[in-house]
Amino acid sequence: MKSSIKSNDTLKVGSYEFNSRLIIGTGKYTNYKQNSDALNASGAEMVTVAVRRVNVSDPNKPMLVDYINPKKTVYLPNTAGCFTGEDAVRTLRLAKEAGGWNLVKLEVLSDPKHLYPDMEETLRSAELLIKDGFEVMVYCSDDPVFAKKLEDMGCVAIMPLGAPIGSGLGIQNKVNIRLIVEQSNVPVIVDAGVGTASDAAIAMELGCDGVLMNTAIANAKDPIKMALAMKHAVIAGRQAYLAGRMPTKKYADPSSPLAGLI
Amino acid sequence: MYLIVNGKKYDNLEDDITMRELLDHLKLPAKKIAIERNREIVSKSTYDSVRLNDGDIIEIIHFIGGG
Repeated sequence: MKSSIKSNDTLKVGSYEFNSRLIIGTGKYTNYKQNSDALNASGAEMVTVAVRRVNVSDPNKPMLVDYINPKKTVYLPNTAGCFTGEDAVRTLRLAKEAGGWNLVKLEVLSDPKHLYPDMEETLRSAELLIKDGFEVMVYCSDDPVFAKKLEDMGCVAIMPLGAPIGSGLGIQNKVNIRLIVEQSNVPVIVDAGVGTASDAAIAMELGCDGVLMNTAIANAKDPIKMALAMKHAVIAGRQAYLAGRMPTKKYADPSSPLAGLI
Repeated sequence: MYLIVNGKKYDNLEDDITMRELLDHLKLPAKKIAIERNREIVSKSTYDSVRLNDGDIIEIIHFIGGG
């Protein structure tokens, strides 16, 4: 967050600035304590959260805000469970009132089998939310044409899936992710599909500006250790991208000179 | 009077209670939630003045874990 900027290579999303390029989810953890520990290990400064009814019959049930301080970590409310633009606007207006920021994650899903975004409704929802004054980070398919439309509309970050949500299959279509990265003037953040550290590194090496993940950390045998691994993977991938990798070759090229052999 | 809160019917509430009184009744912390009354957001700053009507539909939300 702005108060603790240390390096120049920051992630700028809308009116926000982050040192960490990793965004983590808050679902599927054993409990909020584990979630909070994973967050600390990951170094992430932003977490996705869902908006749901309070359990009125049990007001003493632990709440997320008791474990992850929204004053220290940016809450990125999502629209999971919304199937129309109107539902998304309603949910995010409530999130804003609950103390959420203007920055939001739009996701309009379709078939539960693959959880692919319904792009027609995503485009319509994005328009409604932007009109309502939200800064929209949008979960989308890895289609460069839709990605461009969302950017032109005014979305502040394009978040294509690497693979289906929760699948852990890694980046399935590097060509498309690369095309989206090349054409975009707003941050591109791979959202969904990352399974392990190398997947995150690959996303960053492709030139993505960040990675958003939930299940890869929450469903690891040791979520805290995996959160740390992801932190390093994102940094390593980013550094490799900035360094500019060597060209690939078809044959070997000795590292030790052949001249002067005894 | 009665209210529908998060889909559940609450009977025998005192007439004209305020939103604040409803929250106190439910033992919910105002800081951590947001409220809709008949699909309209009720601003936190108005909880003390907003009086509820018989049959109002109230939605009280908070943030939970999600991806």
